[in-house]
Amino acid sequence: MRRIPGAPFAAAPPEAPLLIVEKAKGALVIAAADPAARRLGLSPGLALAEARARVPDPLVAERDAAADAALVERIADWCDRYTPLVAEDGGQALMLDITGVAHLFGGEAALLEDCLSRLAAFGITARGAIAGAADAARALARAKPGSVVPAGHEAAAVRDLPVALIGLEAAATTALMRAGLKTIGDLLDRPRAPLAARFDADCVTRLARLTGLAHHPISPRRLVPVALAERIFFEPIARTEDIEATLAGLAADVARLLEKRGEGGRRFEAVFYRVDGHVRRIAVATTRPNRDPKAILTLFRERLAALSDPLEAGFGFDLVRLGSFETEPFAEVATSLDGRARAEDAVADLVDRLGARFGPEHVLRFLPQDTHIPERRARLVPVLAAAGEEGGWEEAVPAGEPPLRPLSLFDPPEPVEALAEVPDGPPLRFRWRRVLHKVARAEGPERIAPEWWRMADDTLDRDYYRVEDEEGRRFWLYREGFWGHEATAPRWYLHGLFA
Amino acid sequence: MDGKSTARACIEALRRQVAAIEAGAEGEGEAARRVALDRGAVDAALGGGLRAGMLHEVIPAAIADAPASSGFALGLALRAAAKGAPILWVRTRAAARETGFLHADGLAALGLDPARLVLVHLDGAVPVLSAGVDIARCTALGAAILELWGDPKALDLTSERRLLLAAEQSGVTVILLRPGARAARGGAETRWSVASGPARPLPMNAPGPPTFDLKLLRHRHGPPAGPWRLEWNRDEQRFQPPPLLRDPDAVPRFGSLAPDSRGALRRRAS
Repeated sequence: MRRIPGAPFAAAPPEAPLLIVEKAKGALVIAAADPAARRLGLSPGLALAEARARVPDPLVAERDAAADAALVERIADWCDRYTPLVAEDGGQALMLDITGVAHLFGGEAALLEDCLSRLAAFGITARGAIAGAADAARALARAKPGSVVPAGHEAAAVRDLPVALIGLEAAATTALMRAGLKTIGDLLDRPRAPLAARFDADCVTRLARLTGLAHHPISPRRLVPVALAERIFFEPIARTEDIEATLAGLAADVARLLEKRGEGGRRFEAVFYRVDGHVRRIAVATTRPNRDPKAILTLFRERLAALSDPLEAGFGFDLVRLGSFETEPFAEVATSLDGRARAEDAVADLVDRLGARFGPEHVLRFLPQDTHIPERRARLVPVLAAAGEEGGWEEAVPAGEPPLRPLSLFDPPEPVEALAEVPDGPPLRFRWRRVLHKVARAEGPERIAPEWWRMADDTLDRDYYRVEDEEGRRFWLYREGFWGHEATAPRWYLHGLFA
Repeated sequence: MDGKSTARACIEALRRQVAAIEAGAEGEGEAARRVALDRGAVDAALGGGLRAGMLHEVIPAAIADAPASSGFALGLALRAAAKGAPILWVRTRAAARETGFLHADGLAALGLDPARLVLVHLDGAVPVLSAGVDIARCTALGAAILELWGDPKALDLTSERRLLLAAEQSGVTVILLRPGARAARGGAETRWSVASGPARPLPMNAPGPPTFDLKLLRHRHGPPAGPWRLEWNRDEQRFQPPPLLRDPDAVPRFGSLAPDSRGALRRRAS
């Protein structure tokens, strides 16, 4: 496929051949050539220097692999409008599984025509073919674009195509050509066992796939939604109110579908197909399975309002879809009389809304970890991700004790200069962030040893002290290493602050 | 015809009864929505306790008192929240840089089950305030702490007023924790200045429970008051004046913690 040259090439004469070059083995080699160039005999694989010798001034552009891939991605996204099963096929092609969807577009031929003409309107020249087997469609799209082969007739359709289109490695293809097997039909006529023995076992599998005898499913790029609703507009919509009304309708549709399955979704994705081919996906997640259309709409409203890169309607959207993923069984529960279930739901809704607005990674909760190392005792995880994971927090503090762990921890601990009366005693004074603190009270040491199963060579035991300075502020300090055994000059760190 | 009008009159009477009951419940709610802090001087100055479902401002006396003010704010939240109700804490990255990350064990040591806490990490005052209004509207929350450092422009009288209105409507107590705040504006129900107070020494000269030196800088329904010294009693989840010390010099200079036969930490002389 080729994009019709835009602004950068506008100054050049239109008939000048266009070459896309890439570096190969230290030389610039033609990677792609436009029809004008191919008419002049400049084909891919030719060195640029030689091409320049033949045609004085071709238009030359360096190949941008990332941009190519991005373009194919965007086209693949756009192709979602035909079927949810879209797969990338070797970087330059797309495979669409249109089983059961063709009638929505007026038949297979009409679907192909619709797809290619819309792509042409975006300035993209594409070729396509439809067949009952993915491999046959691929070969036909290259050799006989536009063909629509009914299921079961693949063998006849691919008979006179060159063997190169089977998709074997270059060496294997050359071997077949040398043996005089030029077309796929030549291979099909021969018994399979000698073919496999002489050339490649792969050759036989590929022939079977090509003729539809072996099924080779495509692997779609995206998850297929469990419940999906869509709205197609003949008059594209662009106003925010229209978009919201559309989403409300779609949410109600999806909710109905989910209700039939007795499920609720944990993730919803709205896909906006712009008239100019741009596709935008916006997803929201929920803490519990949900199918309340109002709640879903609220989340989308939050998300749309908080997008750093707002939804650009441009000339409008002609297709809007809403799909539900990660569904879980969800029963309509009667709210209990004390309203407790409702309270939990209200908090979950708040978490969902904040997650939609700021991103789920900003709304967190603690999950306990089975360790005694203070900084690893708890893990902060997004509430959305940790829904359902319960951790038990044992009552660690005996009654009547002051807090033995600080309210806040520094990660990493901050080094302090400390002076102790005896090397293995509590500090007398310490300097933290340039302020000198004189210790009035201290308690310790509480020795916390590293876990031997994750001990690196330089991990030392820590002796923790709870200290209060003369101003009445409380700190959690530790000395690293035993004095005299592990460390000659023990280092002190401030690890936390008490309330 | 006659029957219809009697029915209508009956419904009207019932409506009036319902309205009266609702108004009564509301009135009772007003009275119940005060939480006692120390059952003493502080509650007297507040006119019978801290009003829940309001906006309260907590300001550390100095930046170094930020941890103490966090502890005090948490104490207020625990007092105001219904038992087991979730508590939401909104922090900014600046706060974590200054005072470190909240430590689950430390929260538990102050009496908050870490499973009750939802922590929201945001950047900048505008998101904190916009999230704050939504949070204050969520009736299912026990209390919310919004931590805002310095004097952000976004925090003006309007935004404080918005928070206050949301809190009043939902009944959620919102505590605005403002380390490094200089400007004093009048949006909140109360404004507290908190400094870390020297804790009551325990045997072996160990530091005691969290102790706060408080001043009531502003109170919508009364004059400023204080100073007071209160300590946080974790076991009963309330503030209390520190008990009088009998003989502070009778304790040895240093002590240490060692596990006893049951594995619990016990104080002993070193």
